[in-house]
Order: sequence, then structure tokens, then C-alpha cells
Amino acid sequence: MMGGSKGEKPVLFENGKRIDGRGAGDLRPIKIVCRVLNDADGSAYIEWGKNKILAGVYGPRECIPRHDQSLYRAVVRCRYNMAPFSGMEEHGRSGPNRRSKELSKVIKEAFENVIISENFPKTQIDVFVEVLQSDGGTRCAAVTAAAVALADAGIPMKDLPCAVAVCKIDGKMAVDPGKEEDNFGESDMPIAFSPRNGEVLLYQMDGLLTREELAEGFALAKEASAKIREIQADAIRKVYDEPKEERFLTIIKE
Amino acid sequence: MNEIKRDTLSALLLAGKRADGRGMHDYRKITVQKAPLQNAEGSALATIGKSQVIAGVKFDIATPFADRPKEGVFSTSADLLPLASHLFETGPPSEEAIELARVVDRGIRSSGTLDLESFFIEEGKVLALYLDIYILDHDGNLIDCSALAGMSALLSARMPKIEEGKIIRGEYEGKLPIKDKVVTCTFGKLSDKVFLDPTLDEEKGMDCRLTLATTPNHLCAAQKGGWGAVSEREIMSLLDISMEKGKELRSLL
Repeated sequence: MMGGSKGEKPVLFENGKRIDGRGAGDLRPIKIVCRVLNDADGSAYIEWGKNKILAGVYGPRECIPRHDQSLYRAVVRCRYNMAPFSGMEEHGRSGPNRRSKELSKVIKEAFENVIISENFPKTQIDVFVEVLQSDGGTRCAAVTAAAVALADAGIPMKDLPCAVAVCKIDGKMAVDPGKEEDNFGESDMPIAFSPRNGEVLLYQMDGLLTREELAEGFALAKEASAKIREIQADAIRKVYDEPKEERFLTIIKE
Repeated sequence: MNEIKRDTLSALLLAGKRADGRGMHDYRKITVQKAPLQNAEGSALATIGKSQVIAGVKFDIATPFADRPKEGVFSTSADLLPLASHLFETGPPSEEAIELARVVDRGIRSSGTLDLESFFIEEGKVLALYLDIYILDHDGNLIDCSALAGMSALLSARMPKIEEGKIIRGEYEGKLPIKDKVVTCTFGKLSDKVFLDPTLDEEKGMDCRLTLATTPNHLCAAQKGGWGAVSEREIMSLLDISMEKGKELRSLL
């Protein structure tokens, strides 16, 4: 889903190993740091494989323009944006495009489900996601980081959503596709869960899957999402266990 | 900003003091993280106080400008990301963002630190260098912070490998040649008091600002902003301070 496939398709799955050496159910390394920005009400930075993504939350604040206000609940807004230098390929264009608008919409809808918005009538809650470096699976990493940023902002939620994609590569189902697997795989299915009850908050899919493969994909995603949920909770806990005076973004170099 | 805060800050500045205890010609704490990103050809994360800016460099193939057929293209843009401040909104670039990008661009361009002729590939085909400045957190003096991030990103940049007039992504041929390190010093002015590195609160209350971009030996760009005025004598003395502070800033790059 990251864009045009380039060059020859590599072997993606061989002898139980994937192109980067992972097994079918293995996630890439994930690190989350909560509270990295000063002005935002809540913030989180995630490194997921080579993805480097920053999420910031503002609100509840006065909803502008006023004709967008609801008398009954907070309006949730989301902007997902990729930096023009985030990709390996050519310089991107700044500003929203069709892809980023769609992703902003589905991410917003995932959070509309869990945010207890009726507590804050006439307000808006803004979720801003900036992809600084992309490596396949940015929307799932974005949801995962934005959930932590919302929690950091103290926005009441029914649950802390997390997301992961599953893919079909050389006929095998696997979790968390990297960029190559995304470009050359046969299917891609990003899912965001509400881990408490297993409800699906974001769901997209492309490619061809049988009924059995779909079930296997869900099982893989569920198993992985439990691990992601732990990493999220650890990141939030750390802010309170080790309070820090200064908030700084520290990017971990490979 | 509320009136009490504004009055307190003004009173302090007029007495030659600052709310955070700094001297009038001191910077806040500055950090520069070099090359934190890998997909970009160059990158850097700079912070001044609570302001945070990340800059990225990308190369593309472009057509040269008709009046400079032998020169590559250099373009700077700045985004005031809505997550950086409650004051920033989504939408097309604001005047503030455009001014910021152009001031940083002018400093780098007019210093001659980039050799744009080395970006020539063949007739009608040159390299374009895009420097994108992303404001992540806003607590004042975004110009100096952006200039530091931008310069550091250029210093970390690798030249792309070119074959048959195309960029081979992920392969590089040495570093981007940089002649001089360009840095900027931005001063705020309130009444007759001048202070280096204004915070966001100080920016809200001040009459004007003056930015001087320097190489080790020259002034290479300048910008006055705000309704207030500066005198010729002030500009001369601030250039002396900028040349001195420039050494400090360059040592961080």
C-alpha cells in the first residue's frame, strides 16, 4: 500500500523465514516514548522497524468553526501526514493527498469509537500524526502512537487501541509486513483493535485471501496486538514512574 | 498571553533581566542530533530551549531554470506543524512559515556554501536539493533553530549515486560538499533593550526582531521582522555579537 512496486519481486518467505529473518508471527522491534513535546497536550513517538512517527494531541479545546460544534459531544479530528523526506524514493509533496486524507479519516473513526466524547460537548480533540520516516505499516504505527498520545493528554477512553497489519507473502500469512512485503506481497490487511473486547476499530484489506487465510490472519494479528498493547502501557507507565523535567524527542539511530 | 504576564516580562526586559534568568546575550540550551533519519539523504534534529525542529534533505532530478542552465536547484520549505503549537493550524503555509523558509534559504544560498554547479548532470538535467524544515515544538526563535537543523542536515547529507541520468536510491557517492557553516542569530527588541534568542513569550511582547546570518567571515543574510525599528548602530553592534556567537553555534554542528 506504500506505493508503486519497484524492480523484481524478491523471495519473501523461505524455510520458515521472511526477507528480514523474522518468523511469520514476529513483529519488528517497537519502541514507544510518551511525552516528547512541550506544547501539545499529549504526545508520543514511535519507532516501529524503520518507521519513525510522531503523534501529538490537542484538546478538548473550543471547536472552531462553530458550525462544526456538537452540543452533545467533542468532535474528533485527525491529520495523518507524511514528511516529504520520509520515504526512500523521490521528494514527496507537502500537504494532504488522497492517500493521507483517507488514512486521516479511518484513523479518526477508530478513535471516535473509544474516546468518551460526550464528556466534552462543543469542543474538538485534535490528533496529529507526522510520519518522519516510513517503512511500511505507517497507519498501524500511527494508531498505536496516537493512542498513547491521547492517553498522555488525559482524554478519557474506553480502551487503548493498538493496530497491526497482516500480509500474505509467497502464499503464507504473516504479521507486520515491512516495506518489501508490503510492495510485493499478495495481500495486506491493517487492523486496529480495542484489546479489551477484541472489537475491530480500523479495518482495511487488499489482495486475495481465502476464508481460512483470513481467519489465520486475524489470529496472528490478535496475538501480535497483545504484545503491542504491553509496549504502549509500558510507555505510559514510564512517564509516571520516572517523571522528567524536560521533554525532548530523541530519535534512536540504527 | 495575559496582561500580567506580558507586563512582568516587559518590566524584566526593560530592567535588563529575563524571566528564565539568562543574560541578554545568552542562548537557551541548544542540542543538535546529527543524521537521525536514514531514508532522507541528510537530516538533523535541533532544539533551542523547548523549541524542536527536524530538517530533512532529499535529492531529485530536475530541469534547470532557463536563466541558469548549468546550475542545480536548491529549494527550502518550512512547515509549522499543527502538533508543534496550539497557535498553528492546518492548511496552506502561513506568512510566518514562508518567511521562515526564505530567511533560512537566503542565508544558505547567498553564502555560496553550496556549489550548485556541481549539481549539473547533463544538458537540461540537474540535481535538485530539497531542504524541508519541520517545526515540531514551538517555544520561540524558530529561525535560529531551523537554521541549525537545516545546516546540520546539509552537513550530514550524502550525494546520491547517478546512473544514466537517474538517481539510484539507497546508494551514495560521498558527502555533499559544504564550504562554510552558515548560522543565524536572532535578537528581539523591546523599547531600547535588545536580547538574543527570544522565547515565545518574549516574542509576543517584543517590538521587533532582527536576524543576522553569518559565515565565519561575512554577514550573508538578514531579516527584520515586526513593527518596531532598529538603528544602524544597533545593527552594527549586533553583527559583532553574531560573529562571536556564531563560533559557539558552529561548534555544535
